[in-house]
Amino acid sequence: MQNWQSDPVLCVEHLTMRFGGLTAVKSLSFDVGRGDITALIGPNGAGKTTVFNCITGFYKPTEGRIGLRHGIIDFDIGKQAATQSSSYVTHSAGGAVYLLERMPDHLIAKQAKVARTFQNIRLFAGMTLIENLMVAQHNALMLASNFTFGGLLGFKTYTTAERAAKEKAAFWLEKIDLLDRADMPAGDLPYGAQRRLEIARAMCTDPVLLCLDEPAAGLNPRESADLNTLLRSIRSDHGTSILLIEHDMSVVMEVSDHVVVLDYGIKISDGTPDFVKSDPKVIAAYLGVDDDELEGAESEVSA
Amino acid sequence: MKTPLHKLNWLNAFKEAAIAGAVTFTLFSVLLGINIYQNSNNDTMIRLRPALLVGFSLFAAALRFCIILKQSLQLQVPAHKKIGWFEKVEPHLQPILVGLMAFFPIIMLGLLGGQASTKWIDNYGIVIMIYIMLGWGLNIVVGLAGLLDLGYVAFYAIGSYTYALLAQHYGFSFWMALPVAGVMAALWGIMLGFPVLRLRGDYLAVVTMAFGEIIRAVAVNWRELTGGGAGINVPKITFFGLPFNANEDGFAAYFGLEFMPIHRSIFLYYVIFTLAIITAIITIKLKKLPIGRAWEALREDEIACRSLGINTRNTKLTAFAIGAMFGGLAGAFFGARQGFLTPESFSFEESVLILATVVFGGMGSLTGVVLASIALFGGMEILREFSFVEQLIGIDPNRLRMLIVGLGMVLMMLWKPRGLISTRTPTVFLKQKKSISGNLVKEGHG
Repeated sequence: MQNWQSDPVLCVEHLTMRFGGLTAVKSLSFDVGRGDITALIGPNGAGKTTVFNCITGFYKPTEGRIGLRHGIIDFDIGKQAATQSSSYVTHSAGGAVYLLERMPDHLIAKQAKVARTFQNIRLFAGMTLIENLMVAQHNALMLASNFTFGGLLGFKTYTTAERAAKEKAAFWLEKIDLLDRADMPAGDLPYGAQRRLEIARAMCTDPVLLCLDEPAAGLNPRESADLNTLLRSIRSDHGTSILLIEHDMSVVMEVSDHVVVLDYGIKISDGTPDFVKSDPKVIAAYLGVDDDELEGAESEVSA
Repeated sequence: MKTPLHKLNWLNAFKEAAIAGAVTFTLFSVLLGINIYQNSNNDTMIRLRPALLVGFSLFAAALRFCIILKQSLQLQVPAHKKIGWFEKVEPHLQPILVGLMAFFPIIMLGLLGGQASTKWIDNYGIVIMIYIMLGWGLNIVVGLAGLLDLGYVAFYAIGSYTYALLAQHYGFSFWMALPVAGVMAALWGIMLGFPVLRLRGDYLAVVTMAFGEIIRAVAVNWRELTGGGAGINVPKITFFGLPFNANEDGFAAYFGLEFMPIHRSIFLYYVIFTLAIITAIITIKLKKLPIGRAWEALREDEIACRSLGINTRNTKLTAFAIGAMFGGLAGAFFGARQGFLTPESFSFEESVLILATVVFGGMGSLTGVVLASIALFGGMEILREFSFVEQLIGIDPNRLRMLIVGLGMVLMMLWKPRGLISTRTPTVFLKQKKSISGNLVKEGHG
């Protein structure tokens, strides 16, 4: 049994998203394994970003359930209990299950601990790198500053927490190789560095699940390779599960443990990279030919 | 390589200048060229003023010529690296400005003596300080959180009327009413904040403008409470219980001084100075706290804020509430200074002028607000000193007040489109604090 079946962290069930008459995602179900790097791929307009926006709360799904698990609580029982309760969460001794479709976006980031990056980078361009990473630690710092009052009076708890936050920011800047530019405005960074900074900023929220929307878009091969190293390190050193949308197949096939393929809002394949690579449906979706013409088209492309 | 932004083309420069001159001539032909007046028989007479009109047009043409000349001399530097000389001077300017503000009445007293300096402390010092405080309060909403508020005067009005009504009905003194005025204004800030949470940019500006007008309309029409257009009396400020009058129990008598109206002016000046400095200190501290960083992040990118778990609703509401609170405090002071309130003091024009100080100063910059307030309100007031110009050009410059302010705004925006201090200072740094060019900093959109 695969990891995403035996130990899932995220469970998307019958997710449907309609915009007026258009059904962008139709009854989509998949699991994301804890500690896995899961890739969500598909041709343009397949509904990948819509799925992301549903998971991170920027869209309210029309139908379906999105469960997220912290700790070792039994996922099915937890989901059942949360669904029947009037709340969006059920706690137990070993962890908690959150129903993301019931939560507003900032609570998904704050409580369910799902962080995300954006396809068109959304950094705070006029703020320095370190400020960007400090904003990401807003909730922890807010608590330490007694909701501003303690901070205003200069309480020690806040100054200690602020120092710790700065150290954490410096740690992540070092990790993405931007420590020497810590005091530069984020808008001044080259494109590849901005992508890395956005990932670091998301990681500063201590996420359980990190959702990356095309992290390798616009990167050169070396930067792409560095990104793979960074993603592997996030998974192994920080225990964060990663869900990513990607067009760059070298990234997808190299780092991911699990690939889900979407086409026209429907899941057409789900499995290990090797399984998906040889799935005729996937090849058809990408090359846009009928199944019986497949072999001819394949040789044409390789030639 | 540094290359000029535009190559200088003399012919083109003259052409542009001629066009500017012609446009000015056409626009001002009726306004300046024809003077309607009444002679001693009360007949309406028309007098042509070609010299003034031509002079004005030539001035505009020369100005346009200079701008083109300047553009051709300007070197092309990557936009984001550009930090103007003015921003470099700014850190040295700060202590000078604070010193000037702190010792202004004393300097004036020393220079002009007790009689002549009253006008300067009253009409210049106190008025400018009130607008500096209002500018600093609005700066939190507009400059930091990036929420365009065109109805800030509403909170100023709420503060004033809170003090006036508490004093009238419950006998509150200024110092007792001051915190209540602040809290009331903050509550109304939240009240305004809720309905406009989802609005951005122009739409937000229109609704906040309407809010400002609603408060004024209520003050005009609810005669039983506010006295309507006839106004309401407010007890004048006392020196912690000692009134500023010539009586036995007055301030002067108590301290064995000769009674002079300037005592009250100096006291008022230091009250508003203290309130304004408290505003500045709290703003500077808040900027470095998570809430302040969240405001600035909100101005930069609201969606990114939400993805980081920041509650944008609460963040916006705190910005509205704290900004409004300072407006309310300034309002209570205004009431205590005037001794009499009418809704006319809280017109839309006031909101616009306060917003202008924030935009001119450079959004988010405290020093900028001070400079802009001095230039705008000091400048408008000082026009009164130039009445003699009427003999020279035939028009009292006071009547051209708004025209001159408008012209100043246009020139200012040509010179510094992002305000006097367009750079942003980081709130936290690892090794070295470096200013951020205004071109990277967003203005916010709601």
